[in-house]
Amino acid sequence: MTNVEELVKQQAEIHGHKRESLMPILQAVIRSERFLSEEAMVAIAKELDISTADVYGTASFYTFMDTKPKGKNIIRVCKTITCHMKGKDAVIGALEDLLKIKLGDNTSDGKFSLLQANCLGWCHKGPVMLINDEVYPEVTPQSAVEVIQEYLKQK
Amino acid sequence: MSTYKVNLKVNNLNVSVDEGTTILDAARQLNFKIPTLCHHDDLCVAGNCRVCVVEQVGNRLLPAACATPVSEGMEVLTNSMKVRQARKNIIELLLSEHNADCTKCFKSGYCELQEMANEYRTGDHIFLDVRSKNEIDISSPSIEKDDSKCIRCQRCVRTCTELQAVSALAVTHKGKEMKISTFLDKPMNDVVCTNCGQCINRCPTASLVERNYIDQVFDAIYDPKKFVVVQTAPATRVAISEEFGLGPNRSTGKMVAALRRLGFDKVLDTDFTADLTIMEEGTELLTRLKEALVDGKEVALPMMTSCSPGWIKFQEHIFPDMLDNLSTCKSPQQMFGPLAKTYYAEKINKNPADMVVVSIMPCTAKKYEAERPEMRGSGYKDVDFVLTTRELGRMIHQAGIDFEKLEDEKYDSILGESTGAAVIFGATGGVMEAALRTAYEIVTGREVPFANLNIKPVRGMDGIKEAAVKIKDVKEEWSFLEGVELKIAIAHGLANAKELMNKIKSGEADYHFIEVMACPSGCIGGGGQPIPTNMEIRKKRAAAIYEEDEKMVLRKSHENPEVTEIYKSFLHKPLGHRSHDLLHTHYYPRKRY
Amino acid sequence: MENKIKKVDLIFEKVDYLEVLERSFKRTQDEIILDVIDSGLRGRGGAGFPTGLKWKFAKNEEADQKYVICNADEGEPGTFKDREILTQVPEKVLGGMALCGKATGASEGYIYLRGEYNFLLPSLYAAIDKFHAQMKELNFDFTIRIKSGSGAYVCGEETALMESMEGKRGEPRNKPPFPTTSGYLGKPTSINNVETLVFALMIAKEGPNQFKDMGTFDSRGSKVFSVSGDTPKAGIYELELGMSLEDFVNEFGDGDTKAVQIGGASGFCVARKHFKETVIGFEGIPTGGSMMLFNSTRSMYNILNDYLEFFEEESCGQCTPCRVGCQQLLKGIEAVKKGIKPPSYLDELQKLSETMKIASKCGLGQSAPNPFNSIINNFREEIIY
Repeated sequence: MTNVEELVKQQAEIHGHKRESLMPILQAVIRSERFLSEEAMVAIAKELDISTADVYGTASFYTFMDTKPKGKNIIRVCKTITCHMKGKDAVIGALEDLLKIKLGDNTSDGKFSLLQANCLGWCHKGPVMLINDEVYPEVTPQSAVEVIQEYLKQK
Repeated sequence: MSTYKVNLKVNNLNVSVDEGTTILDAARQLNFKIPTLCHHDDLCVAGNCRVCVVEQVGNRLLPAACATPVSEGMEVLTNSMKVRQARKNIIELLLSEHNADCTKCFKSGYCELQEMANEYRTGDHIFLDVRSKNEIDISSPSIEKDDSKCIRCQRCVRTCTELQAVSALAVTHKGKEMKISTFLDKPMNDVVCTNCGQCINRCPTASLVERNYIDQVFDAIYDPKKFVVVQTAPATRVAISEEFGLGPNRSTGKMVAALRRLGFDKVLDTDFTADLTIMEEGTELLTRLKEALVDGKEVALPMMTSCSPGWIKFQEHIFPDMLDNLSTCKSPQQMFGPLAKTYYAEKINKNPADMVVVSIMPCTAKKYEAERPEMRGSGYKDVDFVLTTRELGRMIHQAGIDFEKLEDEKYDSILGESTGAAVIFGATGGVMEAALRTAYEIVTGREVPFANLNIKPVRGMDGIKEAAVKIKDVKEEWSFLEGVELKIAIAHGLANAKELMNKIKSGEADYHFIEVMACPSGCIGGGGQPIPTNMEIRKKRAAAIYEEDEKMVLRKSHENPEVTEIYKSFLHKPLGHRSHDLLHTHYYPRKRY
Repeated sequence: MENKIKKVDLIFEKVDYLEVLERSFKRTQDEIILDVIDSGLRGRGGAGFPTGLKWKFAKNEEADQKYVICNADEGEPGTFKDREILTQVPEKVLGGMALCGKATGASEGYIYLRGEYNFLLPSLYAAIDKFHAQMKELNFDFTIRIKSGSGAYVCGEETALMESMEGKRGEPRNKPPFPTTSGYLGKPTSINNVETLVFALMIAKEGPNQFKDMGTFDSRGSKVFSVSGDTPKAGIYELELGMSLEDFVNEFGDGDTKAVQIGGASGFCVARKHFKETVIGFEGIPTGGSMMLFNSTRSMYNILNDYLEFFEEESCGQCTPCRVGCQQLLKGIEAVKKGIKPPSYLDELQKLSETMKIASKCGLGQSAPNPFNSIINNFREEIIY
């Protein structure tokens, strides 16, 4: 059994084999793997006895459930209205320059993915970015770069 | 259920309906038609497309008639100004995401969206084009999927899930990206699709259609070097009339005449091999029972029928551990193919390499079945082209043949003779009934103990049917069956089949013989049958099938003289060496997920 | 200038919620519900359904299991007050849920927390653990679990939220049946916004009058506002309902406010000339709390474009008016801006937006055209030129 299969099995034990367990299991895989591989979705379908198309159809509904490989750290910059007004484009530009990737891409070392997200719920402190579950409100191009540099140092 | 009545007004007319009735059905009772797209009588309510919105006096919003139950005192307007404006807008929106290239479309003339657009005269396209630009998926030998024609009504998804329990299709993504797709957007041929084609029967547009082989068949007919024979499945003969607006009807003779006019060299009948199937499969069942009861061998029981290729693929995907339970008999179509290119070719002195075998089937899975690598028992591809009932209808239209005015004609011989037992293969329970008529008589020397040979308990539209036949006063060679109660079950529609399989696996149920047909109501409800489909239409087709049976001179497979002849001169005995080579097959486990 | 803005401190006030619960548990279900009805409290998520009535419907259902759900899927752009409530006074939210459980006869509660707020999970779990211990002491059988979202705005719609909780795509259901009859797993469910639950707790604490005496006839009490955009005072404020938009702008504007978007992306854009007559509340323009201010440097085209892009992506996609309508509105204003379509095309789109409003399956589709209509009506020239 591979690691992902192991993880899925373990999560199904915790949450149960009912359909209601699908979201928490998908979320657990995302937490650990950053994306849902074919292998993971097949394993989940088996554990819950639902079709793989159903697993994929559900996962693809949710923005945070990527089915393509993602970096170890997923950066999501809020793009909605007030963050747009307060300069999210400049923040993204700075991060693109730093990481040498375009929006939507992963760094070649697999450490980062740079994405946009719809409203993250920090409109009074835009622009805001989320790195995995961590929030960074009121970032500037410079402070955003510094945050990423910290991540680079740590890992 | 409650018989509580609710009073309401539809377009100012009073109506009293049962509690829980939808606005749509209440309006129908007053003969007001409300247009629908996502609604289908066979499926659960969706309320997605919104073309059925109506005005409810006092409500700011327009409720969907298909999804809203009536309430006391409700006043509904189905064609107010507000409704018309909204409905027109909605149709226009659907058209803006639909590849409305109608003149090139296989479904033109049969498309629900086209009909609605014509009815509402939307005319000039006011909205911008938001069609998805995609490649048409032609990976499957049975089903063609074109997302640019999809209006996201989800009828196919509900069919695949509710009726068939397959869920090869699912709704994926959201917002403008939302679409109907497969696991990881894989090609249809690479997923758990059984090719049953039920999605096609319920697709209101041409987003899902059969792979059509009309041109290839005409090319073969026009090729002077080719000798083209055609076989017709039991269920096509009661439904082909629908392609000409004539409703479900017995039209075997007209169909034969039409096929001859299309230029087929010989018009033969799959019903012949249906009779043959009964001989082979009946013998197989009795052999298995003997091995189990007398020899004490480990035999896979219950034995399960293998006529339905959608069911076979379902079993290979979903219950790969139960493949030994499937009868090894090929389906009648695939028994016909190799016999045509061996036995028949020899009789008529043709080189099988020059022969083309075409099938007219109520089925899309048969297209896939003909492509299976095992189906080359004759040394050639046994069946070259499989056409649906709909494709045949199209060919007849193209050839300018007035179907209604055709005089009845008879099948060619040989491979054209059949019995009533064969024709009922087309309805759920029919294979079981045919098998019982023969097996019971072989074992006891007497006819089945049902009036006029009609085994009523195995007929009808219940999803799972069960029956038991007590076997008494058997012939000496079958003494081991004396007093045995033969337990049988029948399922149609793969959701019912899955339920039945789970019961068997869990030990909750115990049978000797099971008939499964992949499609709801059996082959008469097949994925290749005329569109539309619903329970009422399928019941009419079934009634026509049973009428056809009653009108036949011979009604038991073992009485078919051509069957007797082929055993005498070619096959020698059921399950014999030649049968094994030509008429039996094996199955392969496939990925469930 | 006279300051007509009245700040209130009910939501974030630290209270002895256990004492409130202990007292409430001794009352009958009807007594609790009557107080909530009497207070005039309406749902604080935006739709504004009378809370007490909702509880009464759920209470009247016969079922072996009922549920309470706290809707913390705060996804409306411009709204962030629930996050702050869950950060500062989570115990009051849990208390509100227990009160609702008592009133409706439910023994299980769920918080559906949007995935964007996952960082709140550790503190929420800690609060829930403590809460469970306290309920045990009070001998009250009520457990609370958390279900997380994963980035889907439409899950804020109550039935979509329940679909998501059941492990499905967050697609809104047909109504009726309403959740109080058939909600989570088909059981009677009362689903309430975070803020609503805290107000309910405060009404149980103080009695209905304190709340009822604030605000207007249609809009009782106070409300937590999320203020953002071109304002020197971006942040969260609890204010008495019934103020005019002019009062609001006087307090929060930067002196150059040209428009205010009330109610988030699905709300209405009000131009300066209408500030005076616009009341913030159910008799005027209701809001789940989002107030976005725009000054004269902003292009209303860009703002509308942002909103429509948001809906085009966040529509669940199941119903035609919303799925295709949102795309058409977005593409339509682009086409008019570029001169591909004439300015009169905006009139066609306004007819379309009326269809979306009345024929969409859920509240999202019904409200998605609001910013379009209000911006076209007020700033047509900015869209065309």
